[in-house]
Amino acid sequence: MTAAMGSPYAQREIKNKKRDVFEDILEERRQSSDLRYAMKCYSPVIYRNLVPCKPSVLKTMVLHSDQLQYVIKQISLESGETCDVIQDQAAEILDEMGQNLNLAAIRMFALTLSKIFKTLFQKVCVNEEGIQRLAQAIHEHPVVLLPSHRSYIDFLMMSYVLYTYDLALPVIAAGMDFMSMKIVGELLRMSGAFFMRRTFRGNKLYWAVFAEYVKTMLRNGYAPVEFFVEGQRSRTCKTINPKFGLLSVIMEPFFKGEVFDTYLVPISISYERVLEESLYAYELLGVPKPKESTSGLLKARKILSENFGSIHVFFGKPMSLRSLASGKLNRSQYNLIPRYLSQKPSEDIQRFISDVAYKVELHQIANMVLSPGALIAAILLQNFPSLSYNVLVDKTMWLKELTEAFGGYLEWPDNMSASKVVRSSLDLHSNITKLIDGEVFLFDNNTNGVLTEELVFSRGVSVLMCAAYRNQMVNIYARPALVVLAMKMAQSSKSEDVYKMFDFLRNLFSKEFIFFPGFEKKDFEEGCFLLSKCDVIQGNPHEMVLMEKGSSTTVFLLKMFHPFFEGYQLAFRHLVEDMTRKWTEKQYISTVRSFVTQCIIDGTTTCYEALSSDIQKNALASFVHLGLLKVNKLEGQITFTVNETNIEDFAGKLGLQVPTKKLPVARL
Amino acid sequence: MATAEGNPMSDSSQRRLRVLLGHLKPRAAQATSTSEHKAPASPSIPRKRQELLKWNGWGYNDSKFTFNKKGQAEFTGKRYKLSGMVLPSLREWMEKTFGASLDQKTTSRASLNASDAPPAILNEGFIQDIKAMGIPFSHDVEDRVFRAHGHCLHEMFTLREGMFKRIPDIIVWPQCHEDVVRIVDLACKHNVCIIPFGGGTSVSNALECPEDEKRTIVSLDTSQMNRILWIDEKNLTAHVESGITGQDLERQLGESGYCTGHEPDSMEFSTLGGWVATRASGMKKNIYGNIEDLVVHLKVVTPKGVVEKSCQGPRMSTGPDIYHFIMGSEGTLGVVTEVTIKIRPLPEYQKYGSVVFPNFEQGVACLREVAKQRCAPASIRLMDNAQFQFGHALKPQVASIFTSFLDGLKKFYITKFKGFDPNRLCVATLLFEGDREKVLQHEKQVYDIAAKFGGLAAGEDNGQRGYMLTFVIAYLRDLGMDYYVIGESFETSVPWDRVLDLCRNVKERIVRECKERGVQFPPLSTCRVTQTYDAGACVYFYFAFNYRGISDPVHVYEEIEFAAREEILANGGSLSHHHGVGKLRKQWLKDSISDVGIGMLRSVKNFVDPNNIFGNRNLL
Ligand SMILES: Cc1cc2nc3c(=O)[nH]c(=O)nc-3n(C[C@H](O)[C@H](O)[C@H](O)COP(=O)(O)OP(=O)(O)OC[C@H]3O[C@@H](n4cnc5c(N)ncnc54)[C@H](O)[C@@H]3O)c2cc1C
Repeated sequence: MTAAMGSPYAQREIKNKKRDVFEDILEERRQSSDLRYAMKCYSPVIYRNLVPCKPSVLKTMVLHSDQLQYVIKQISLESGETCDVIQDQAAEILDEMGQNLNLAAIRMFALTLSKIFKTLFQKVCVNEEGIQRLAQAIHEHPVVLLPSHRSYIDFLMMSYVLYTYDLALPVIAAGMDFMSMKIVGELLRMSGAFFMRRTFRGNKLYWAVFAEYVKTMLRNGYAPVEFFVEGQRSRTCKTINPKFGLLSVIMEPFFKGEVFDTYLVPISISYERVLEESLYAYELLGVPKPKESTSGLLKARKILSENFGSIHVFFGKPMSLRSLASGKLNRSQYNLIPRYLSQKPSEDIQRFISDVAYKVELHQIANMVLSPGALIAAILLQNFPSLSYNVLVDKTMWLKELTEAFGGYLEWPDNMSASKVVRSSLDLHSNITKLIDGEVFLFDNNTNGVLTEELVFSRGVSVLMCAAYRNQMVNIYARPALVVLAMKMAQSSKSEDVYKMFDFLRNLFSKEFIFFPGFEKKDFEEGCFLLSKCDVIQGNPHEMVLMEKGSSTTVFLLKMFHPFFEGYQLAFRHLVEDMTRKWTEKQYISTVRSFVTQCIIDGTTTCYEALSSDIQKNALASFVHLGLLKVNKLEGQITFTVNETNIEDFAGKLGLQVPTKKLPVARL
Repeated sequence: MATAEGNPMSDSSQRRLRVLLGHLKPRAAQATSTSEHKAPASPSIPRKRQELLKWNGWGYNDSKFTFNKKGQAEFTGKRYKLSGMVLPSLREWMEKTFGASLDQKTTSRASLNASDAPPAILNEGFIQDIKAMGIPFSHDVEDRVFRAHGHCLHEMFTLREGMFKRIPDIIVWPQCHEDVVRIVDLACKHNVCIIPFGGGTSVSNALECPEDEKRTIVSLDTSQMNRILWIDEKNLTAHVESGITGQDLERQLGESGYCTGHEPDSMEFSTLGGWVATRASGMKKNIYGNIEDLVVHLKVVTPKGVVEKSCQGPRMSTGPDIYHFIMGSEGTLGVVTEVTIKIRPLPEYQKYGSVVFPNFEQGVACLREVAKQRCAPASIRLMDNAQFQFGHALKPQVASIFTSFLDGLKKFYITKFKGFDPNRLCVATLLFEGDREKVLQHEKQVYDIAAKFGGLAAGEDNGQRGYMLTFVIAYLRDLGMDYYVIGESFETSVPWDRVLDLCRNVKERIVRECKERGVQFPPLSTCRVTQTYDAGACVYFYFAFNYRGISDPVHVYEEIEFAAREEILANGGSLSHHHGVGKLRKQWLKDSISDVGIGMLRSVKNFVDPNNIFGNRNLL
């Protein structure tokens, strides 16, 4: 089977590919004047067909565009408001979100960020080849920058890097919550951010203004447009399944022939230590997140005294939308309706957008740089509460090899002994791990045998923080691990049965990990290939067996993915406890958390990760996807109920039994 | 009634002829007389076409671009205004635009080698019957090869360097409608294949013989059916045989003070029947209409019999218009033999004009506005910057009105044009027709609109030159081919709001495709808007590149043309505005007119021509 979109992620290919070289951009900043840097001559490469214009002109263009004018008329007809009133509202919306690129602000920004980044981070490494490719791309066609999203630092960092390399600053579709940070918000705006409300579903005018704004910037090649395919910061450091709304907006000018091409640039920003790490853990455990506000960020002052290790920013190869679409799309479907009317995307367009979105994310994943901390985290999670330092060093080196064999992109310090590397990584993460008398602890085990809810919670925090680092590489492992898991669970060792089970698991975890849609077979083959390469499995077209030689790998993989599996099992168990119940997502998340907490206290599980609302949400979505849950919409409220018809079959596949006493009598 | 040169003519028709036919061949004094009692006006193009026309290129034998001993380009002959002139800038333009060099030359085969041609498949029964009827015919190899092609690039390339796999086996020259009826009857009787041949200017592979056609292929050359049968001044119509060429039709009507006003750029050679068969479009359609607007009555010989309507009513509601099955049928249903066509009195006054715009976008906006106000002159065309620059390359040495656009502009407007970027500006050429007063009024109206879009009037000469270029540009391709430069033009029609996007994307697609296919120099990729309509425009592209270092240039060329057409379709353009589908664009017809649409055409074909006598396999 040939890949429908080229091969989005053959890990084996990535492994053999020569990697770009990273350059630390802070190094120069530490040696020369920040002020001079901020005041440097800044004349970025621009789009070759750019007709330069001021932000205000851009806004006028948006307001007078056929698209927006049409929507305004429509709303006027529907609401009875005059067009003028709605036009004014549109102008207001535009002002609210509008960026206001201003060179002085940029310089100010550059200066401040230099100072901040130098205190926070040891290094900011950038692949310069990627920068060169990007510069070329910006010159040729409108560009969309698509970074991974792990932290608020992401878009500060993006603008900072681009400024450093004398590239056009992007206009950024950023979440509105940032705007309430007064000074920072305004600064961001002046350095190119524009804001969108988090929720404007149903607000036709808002969406129209926003979409037209983005498209106008693209059509004119005004500046690179930047947004996050994941839609939000991933609290788990695991790539979130893509959102399609913005992607479809930025593709439309190409679909409609308004631009010749558009480049999409996947960018991977990897953090050795994430600024928001503990906030995320609390959030996942249901403690409401503080509103982003300037004071909030300033409180983060204390953060400035800490060390957050290195950052790697990898600019992927610009993907030409035209090349991606070549032979897959019939753009003449847009010929019959005036282009100012928005058209519901046809099925092939939708599939295309989704494919591109996944492709972008898979590129992000492949170019994500892993630090030793990720390996250590994975090992610690399988050995909590503690293991000996020496064993940890050995296992880390073992895992390094395996990760590389699986195509992981590791940055390993040169000329440093293994022990030193592990040691310095433990230091960096000393808020999560403790090294006491040659033992490394994830959390202290001094419970006097009594587990309280508080204790479960605080352990949960440690586990989830740690899990976030393991999660950085979980997508690299997903394919081979699910193959191993499938072999363990399948009815027989027949390849066919194993594949069936793999397919089930892949489907089950489709919200958890990133799989290219429709590539079940390929994913399976990829997993098998990596495993047999590492002597973990042996197989022929008919039968697959695990090899003795690879048993430690097998065990490792199973343990690595066990928390997810068990998390879903627990979710299932909780759901079928009372099958008549209607749940909202919120209710469900909170009751399942109590349920898991209770299980931990009872000692029936040690799966702290199952406390994470992320796993629970994904499980819920997956169960809906698999038909286990029914979705009911009543007066705008969405509730879920168990769909009993599939229960037993499903339970069997999860290795569980449906508690018979709970089955309604009618079914007996 | 044959008008020898120098015959006294009315003032207006003389002026008309000067303007209109200035570039055309003067009447051949001793035209090849076929001693036909039926042909009072002997046609400009003889039966033995090769005596007058190139067998391996465009146009007249005596007219071509060459480089003289000094390495300067020259246009030979006496037929055109450009004839006999030296064009000093052309060489540099070719070198700069294409990276061509005078040292890198390819030469065509000097003459046709009869033994290269595929042997004729002759249906003896058919030939006997034709002979018996006294209809002139030939199976001379030169005659056959000459009718085996139109003027697509690959056809020219084949003539220069190779040979067609299949060519007509026999040529017949009917003299009138009845001859055609008899020929078609015989064809049905003997099951031979007929391909109608008009002027041979097709640019859609329409004339190419299907390689696997096993039957005798008869090329039915309409050139001897070239009489104007009557002129009806009350209704302003003329009844004309279909084989008449554009130049003969206009000249002969002109003698009576009339014209059809239908002037496709190929009018020297293309025929009335060819126009009907391809749904042709003339430069001055804004006043006179396209062929479908001009046709009042048609007579068509099909295997099922003759199709025609019973009256000449100007409009009818009698079900779908059967003439619309014929117009655009591309020789697949039968032979158009006689056409009643609208005529107009020769215009009293003609005036050229031109407008310079700061950029193409403004130019298009202006044309759109002109169309909106429905005040388009007889012709209005907008060239992009590359074509504007190309105008410069055809600047003759002698100082005359033939100074280049650039010079012309500089001379008149050097101060005014200060703000214009010579690498972005573009030119619209205009042609006004009518009575003098109205023309001047009309002119003012158009220039006023132009001014709103930053357009500045740039003189009559620039306008006239622009139109002249379209007649010589076809000759230029032959010159290019001598120096590794191949090229072609193609066209489309597109709604107004997509004109700019389509132009930009198609041009860019061409550039990109060339690069990807290893073309070493950036290609010439240029366009102009040649017609305006209420709801859109016709856009015409020129595309040429230097193929040195490419082993299969024609294939590469065709791939790029294919890509360009895909781009056009993806951008809301039509499959063709006037060149037709032929065999070149067949593959897209289904998507263009839907499966049901194809079925409708097919069922007409099946009814009219169940044995596929008209087997050129165009369209379907
Ligand atoms: C330099 C150049 C400029 C051109 N400019 C224009 C232009 O401005 N506008 C435009 O519309 N086209 C233009 N064309 C295209 C071409 O001239 C037209 O398609 C023209 O109508 C073809 O006429 P023809 O007599 O040469 O037909 P041919 O090329 O001989 O034949 C074309 C097709 O029509 C069929 N056919 C011809 N005569 C008859 C008949 N009597 N009955 C039935 N079928 C027949 C043939 O079988 C064939 O399929 C141009 C071509 C060239 C090379």
